[in-house]
Amino acid sequence: MKKRVLTVDDSRTIRNMLLVTLNNAGFETIQAEDGVEGLEVLEEANPDVIVTDINMPRLDGFGFIEGVRKNDRYRAVPILVLTTESDAEKKNRARQAGATGWIVKPFDPTKLIDAIERVTA
Amino acid sequence: MDMNEIKEIFFQECEEQLAELESGLLKLNDGDRDPETVNAVFRAVHSIKGGAGAFGLDDLVSFAHVFETTLDCVRSNRLDPGPEVLKVMLKSADVLADLTNAARDGGSVDEARSRQLIKELEALANGEVPQASAVAEPVAKAAPVVAAPVVNDEGFQPVAFSFDDFETDEPALMEMPTYEIVFKPKSDLYAKGNDATLLLRDLSRLGEMSIHCDMDALPTLDRLSPETAYFSWKVSLKTDKGEDAIRTVFEFAEWDCDLDVSLVSGDAAPAGEELPMQPVPFDLSILDDEPVGPIGVIEEEEQLAAQQEIRNAAVAAAGTASNVLQMAQSAARAPAEKSAGAAASAAAQSAAAQQAAASAATPTIRVDLDRVDRLINLVGELVINQAMLSQSVIENDANGTSSINMGLEELQQLTREIQDSVMAIRAQPVKPVFQRMSRIVREIADMTGKSVRLITEGENTEVDKTVIDKLAEPLTHMIRNAVDHGLETPEKRLAAGKSAEGTVRLTAKHRSGRIVIELADDGAGINREKVRQKAIDNDLIAADANLSDEEIDNLIFHAGFSTADKISDISGRGVGMDVVKRSIQALGGRINISSKPGHGSVFTMSLPLTLAVLDGMVVTVANQTLVVPLTAIVETLQPEAAAIHSFGSNQRLISIRNSFCPLVDVGRILNFRASQADPVEGVALLVESEGGGQRALMVDAIQGQRQVVIKSLEANYTHVPGIAAATILGDGRVALILDVDTIVAASRGQSLKPEMSLAAAG
Repeated sequence: MKKRVLTVDDSRTIRNMLLVTLNNAGFETIQAEDGVEGLEVLEEANPDVIVTDINMPRLDGFGFIEGVRKNDRYRAVPILVLTTESDAEKKNRARQAGATGWIVKPFDPTKLIDAIERVTA
Repeated sequence: MDMNEIKEIFFQECEEQLAELESGLLKLNDGDRDPETVNAVFRAVHSIKGGAGAFGLDDLVSFAHVFETTLDCVRSNRLDPGPEVLKVMLKSADVLADLTNAARDGGSVDEARSRQLIKELEALANGEVPQASAVAEPVAKAAPVVAAPVVNDEGFQPVAFSFDDFETDEPALMEMPTYEIVFKPKSDLYAKGNDATLLLRDLSRLGEMSIHCDMDALPTLDRLSPETAYFSWKVSLKTDKGEDAIRTVFEFAEWDCDLDVSLVSGDAAPAGEELPMQPVPFDLSILDDEPVGPIGVIEEEEQLAAQQEIRNAAVAAAGTASNVLQMAQSAARAPAEKSAGAAASAAAQSAAAQQAAASAATPTIRVDLDRVDRLINLVGELVINQAMLSQSVIENDANGTSSINMGLEELQQLTREIQDSVMAIRAQPVKPVFQRMSRIVREIADMTGKSVRLITEGENTEVDKTVIDKLAEPLTHMIRNAVDHGLETPEKRLAAGKSAEGTVRLTAKHRSGRIVIELADDGAGINREKVRQKAIDNDLIAADANLSDEEIDNLIFHAGFSTADKISDISGRGVGMDVVKRSIQALGGRINISSKPGHGSVFTMSLPLTLAVLDGMVVTVANQTLVVPLTAIVETLQPEAAAIHSFGSNQRLISIRNSFCPLVDVGRILNFRASQADPVEGVALLVESEGGGQRALMVDAIQGQRQVVIKSLEANYTHVPGIAAATILGDGRVALILDVDTIVAASRGQSLKPEMSLAAAG
């Protein structure tokens, strides 16, 4: 069965790149535009892994991750943070919120797939 | 979708983000300190940087990075976005836009400028506030900015090791080193979605590995907490990939585990082992199996333990089991009420969520403009067709009471509604054009050394996209003029008792079916004496011409007119206000100036909301059917012989409510007939021309009023003076749409007249 990936990113460019990359790699991709939408579609998307941005309107990545972890069904689903942030503070916050790992932008398809494979069985 | 399409999307998105960036910065400039504004500005730059990185647009990335770092200082309140800071940021936004354009279209950017701004941004981030505006900012707290583009930011290193030489290969050793890895996960590791099994799997891929699981920490079963991590692993790994590669495997997990990696020289195991090493052959194939169930040796051990634990727990919990049962039963009894309540609250919640979503952003779709244009064309045809149908029904059904007629009326209304709705699709706020203007103002202010503040109002006023597209150029030129010629230098302003900073106000509003755009400056106003002299020098007017102030002001719209003493770099690019006027007129618009010496000038443009349709009055002139734009007509009247006064050789006036108004015979001006018609036989249309003056246009008869679909005459035939465009009427005939302003100008007996000949045009 195809693995399901939920991506949350407010940038149309990045959303499209994620979609193409993930589909090409054989994942089933569900996309949301910000944290609020991400939480809304979570149940329906039923993802095996989540890839989320940090800087987003309405609800940022930190809030989104916390929201996912509060959901009993998804509290252990791997969440990767897509980030250009280099400073430790941001990653630390993401981790405290419950992120599994991160993918450092610039967006690189190989890195993305590697990271997803690292956190999924 | 391929990369090129995504790139196209990226550039589209860049444009939106740049607009967002600029409007955010301008809001900050106006004193807005809403954190969400700062966040939006930050996100805009951040998004551009993110996308640019993906496409390897390094120039863009490095500039965006520095910009972002400085914005981050604002975001975290380390930098106060005062006027000087925002000045740098607005300029940076301009450079970012340039870099984006250069990345898309090739072309070059002003590198010196972007380097300069990078320096300024870095200085800001380092806590140096420009022009020594005393802001006590702790320099030490400010984030240092790295000048070089930080693209490869592997710098997340809470533990004392470095990824810096991550990319460099370890020197190849003849003998493969063996590492000993002690890995003890904390409970948090699992809570964050990491899995020891997967980490060990990844580790095994680095080389030859043997593994031992330490289960000593496992408590007795009644004390076992199911979500606590009890196991630790000791791994012996033979690999040539180096310690960094091992650390990388634990990159995501290192905060939630105790990790010890040490190089074991040769095969000799270090002495003083706390745990006896019991190498277990590690079978990779087991780990790679799909099922997440019992995986590998480790998992089996865990499972066994867990099973045991469950048994024990069951015994321990036996006492409480009856309670649980009771609770379950009572819960089962009341499911009906509960689920009803839950449904209601869920509905309320989703409604609230929807509301929140609606307030955040109205849902939109993106549609190719071609499709919309096609729809608009079709609707245009529909309107014409409907008009034709109406006409033939009227001709065949003289009494006009049949149900066909009623249906037709409804059709007419529906057509009108469809047309309005379709037009609304293409309507867009003037905001993007206005935003571009703020950049123009900044640039010219810089070039002229003037201090200028641009205030925009009514940015959300909507107008057809085709109008917006054509608005930018004349507006740009007018803004340039306003700053370059309109506003005085700071010294002169201070001397005149004004503030050093000049103000240019750009306003858009809807007024009676048109969009009115006003550009006002608080400069010196038109120097009428100078304009007049210049007009005399250029033979535009006679030396003794008696002109009203308004007429003098309007002289600046004449070709080749420039009042600046020396032609400056900015406004003197060979484009005068005459070109501005012509492009406005080409849009079916009018432009008008009013000026108050010492207080500034106001340019007022009035434009149609769409270029596709027009409300017109259908009139007959010398057996020709013409359409006069309704917006130009003030009133219509039936002249009485007593009201007509002749003067001069061929001129006539009509008196309307005690004032005189020149009478213009449209048929004569257009050369439809050789001699003037008798005004009493016809109808006078009182029109207001762009100079504000009124004229009475004489036509033979009024046929009616209707909305017509504009068909360009230039595109299908050729430009005809006095005629703005053509249309197709209900009976299938072509009717010409009158260009009222040209007609009025021609009636003044100005130079246009000789070329004003329909006969000559064919």
